[in-house]
Amino acid sequence: MAIAEQQPPAGQGAGDRSWHGIVLQTLKRNEVSLVPYVPDRVLTPLIKNLHADPFFTTFATAREEEAVGIVSGAWMGGRRGAVLMQTSGFATLANVLASLAVPYQIPLIMFVSERGTLGEFNYGQSLVCRTMRPVLDSLALEHHTIGRLDELEFIADRSIKQAVTTQAPVALILNPLLTGGKVFDK
Amino acid sequence: MNPKMNTHNTKVMNRFDVTSRLIAKLKHEEAVIGGIGNTNFDLWAAGHRPQNFYMLGSMGLAFPIALGVALAQPDRRVFALEGDGSLLMQLGALSTIAALKPKNLTMIVMDNGIYQITGAQPTPAAGVADLVGIALGSGLANSAWAADEEDFERLVDEAMSADAPSLIALRIDDKPGVGTTRRDPVQIRERFMQGLGVREPL
Repeated sequence: MAIAEQQPPAGQGAGDRSWHGIVLQTLKRNEVSLVPYVPDRVLTPLIKNLHADPFFTTFATAREEEAVGIVSGAWMGGRRGAVLMQTSGFATLANVLASLAVPYQIPLIMFVSERGTLGEFNYGQSLVCRTMRPVLDSLALEHHTIGRLDELEFIADRSIKQAVTTQAPVALILNPLLTGGKVFDK
Repeated sequence: MNPKMNTHNTKVMNRFDVTSRLIAKLKHEEAVIGGIGNTNFDLWAAGHRPQNFYMLGSMGLAFPIALGVALAQPDRRVFALEGDGSLLMQLGALSTIAALKPKNLTMIVMDNGIYQITGAQPTPAAGVADLVGIALGSGLANSAWAADEEDFERLVDEAMSADAPSLIALRIDDKPGVGTTRRDPVQIRERFMQGLGVREPL
């Protein structure tokens, strides 16, 4: 596969088939270089490796909608970006999706670490998780829940390309089946 | 008290007038992001430019959108116009910008202390908080109140050659915008991208 032909970045071994290694390489191959985020425990190895790779400009923002504004501006200026967040952060985005990303036709690429399911220990997280797909569906936004490592590269690569060519947002939901999720004893 | 934080001697200016003064200074296809409501209405009224972007929602995101443009095109100067009520929605963005230090970004805050467009209700910050003080405290050292129109133009000139992001705050009156932006988001975005040299017209 194409990913195996990529030069590994510093701090990441060749043939890194971890979920975060695949996400990083897929972003790079699609020239997605600007990656603001609001952190999440599960996303930590991805965030760490993005910081270690000079190809990426990656930094924390105070709110998820701020990150959406940043990558939207960057897209209009000719640079591709993606936003990393947690389920509860996605819940803050309905207004910016409906008033910026969708009507202005911006290919907003979102990676959402899914909390609230498959072993959630915080009731509030499990409730806010239930709002995510209805919000995405109410705006008819493309979204995929990724639970299998062998499907990750295909879904992420195709979804990024589709977002760019159709000028439409996409949400890639990283399920605990893929990432291991966060459990009480961690 | 830091003299930069003293708003008492600043003249109350007019949004359309100072926006027009800014636009008149732009000779190098600088990008301008107009925040929601009267802020972008007056940007529109000051005369459409291909490098203008008009927000029709997403209150508070003028500075983040401008930051994105500035990161994508580091050789282009980027200006963002934002109202005080909008800025209050996204104060964390000031710290993000201070941390990234984009040299080519200038933020302009139009402060009338009210949500003019919804019926002139006072903001929670009106008469209480100092927006330049908040910006300074957020790490934006190049932040200042403009004392009057002449001082505003001087601060814009300084920002044009600064090697760090700048924030200029102005006290403005309670007048509504003098124009109304054409609410066509796809055309606004497409023409902006053409103005920035990212795309050619079909």
